[in-house]
Amino acid sequence: MGNFGVQFRRDLLIAIRGRTETANPVAFFVLALSLFVFAVGTDSETLPRVAPGVVWVVALFVAMLSTENLFHRDYDDGSLELMLLHNRPLFLGVLGKLLAHWCVSGLPVAILSPLAAVFINAPPEIIVTLVGTLLLGTPVLTLIGGIGAALTAGLGRGGLLLAVLVMPLYIPVLIFGSGACYRILDGAVATGPMLWLTALLAGSITLAPFAIGAALKGSQEY
Amino acid sequence: MGLIKDAFHRMGSPRFFYHGSSLWVRGLYVGGGLGLLVGSFWGLVLAPPDKYQGHSFRIMYMHVPSAHLAEMVYFACAVAGFVYLVWRMKMADVFITAAAPVGAILTMLALASGILWGMPTWGTGWVWDMRTTSVLVLLFLFFGLMALRQAIPRPDRAAYSVSILALVGVINIPIIKYSVDWFATLHQPASITLASEPTIETSMLWPLLLNAIGLYVFIAGVILAAMRLEVLKREHATEWVRAISKSR
Repeated sequence: MGNFGVQFRRDLLIAIRGRTETANPVAFFVLALSLFVFAVGTDSETLPRVAPGVVWVVALFVAMLSTENLFHRDYDDGSLELMLLHNRPLFLGVLGKLLAHWCVSGLPVAILSPLAAVFINAPPEIIVTLVGTLLLGTPVLTLIGGIGAALTAGLGRGGLLLAVLVMPLYIPVLIFGSGACYRILDGAVATGPMLWLTALLAGSITLAPFAIGAALKGSQEY
Repeated sequence: MGLIKDAFHRMGSPRFFYHGSSLWVRGLYVGGGLGLLVGSFWGLVLAPPDKYQGHSFRIMYMHVPSAHLAEMVYFACAVAGFVYLVWRMKMADVFITAAAPVGAILTMLALASGILWGMPTWGTGWVWDMRTTSVLVLLFLFFGLMALRQAIPRPDRAAYSVSILALVGVINIPIIKYSVDWFATLHQPASITLASEPTIETSMLWPLLLNAIGLYVFIAGVILAAMRLEVLKREHATEWVRAISKSR
């Protein structure tokens, strides 16, 4: 577990010491949510109905926009190359890096989501489900986003390319994530979509780091 | 075994591929075109109208083959991606380059014909059920393959990265395939499976099979022709391509 711990500690320290970068995902989350409220209107009928979907879409944007820079600095200063040379197995190093990234992007969003839900008049009965789906779903978003970020590492291309690559793969997570909340809203049980999210999480934890590692090697070899 | 291995290695060489494939393209065009002509005439004119859907079901003769082919082209791209990552065969990458736009067009055909078919029968052109959504995702995956290649200036890194992306996206194929069985969708489950009796009348089945096989053959020809063009583009500086351009 050495690689995992070292990589995790290093990335988390860097993230916490650069405070604005850590605060940006949270600020973006709250700002984008309020944009939705301004656009949809504060109508007490529609807002609770669209609330879970809106929170999920914004959480997805946070995940996507923050993964864009996942490997940028490491690519530029060469520490990515060192990581690829030293980490055996690479799988664990990549996983530690992604977990550190999730702790400053997905986790704050999940923790803040009850507040956000109150903020946009979401019905109180969905809040537990919302936090649960975000805790299960945002790591999947980070893992999938990591593949896109690794494929485009060092290209200097903007986020739109990453969006085209990654968003199609985000769709199932979004469907099950907000679907679970709507199940609760309609008075049903959310077990089905929650199990699907758990399956997606298990699948992406085991498979995505391989793809990310391979893509990162590609960014160094050529 | 030796013969197959020999052919495999030869096909990995752009030059042998180019010279060996010129007759194949014509053959595939003629065979596929004939199959599509006969199948379409049979399906659109000779086959009886459907009991419930009337004549509107006839769009099936385009919808089903193009949707099936779109899936298969992506799957083939993923296999080619695997081949590239393992054996670094140049031709596997040429295949993905040539096949991605063809697959995107097939997916668009499947979606468009589905919308046209849905309007009279479902009462709506588009529903967000699992089948339609996952086919839409397939379209974006094809776009992703093309966009990533465009974005990477170094051809060898582009080939490597696109191969990884093709392999990652293949996860969508079983979702498309089984979406109608796993989820309650408006889209009907498959009528034709290998394991059981088809739930489609024989007089309607034969033209569909003929069209599907015809499209398989025709698309093979299209991709092969696109691959030949791609080979010429990539090898434009070599002696043998110059000789070809001089002789024309």
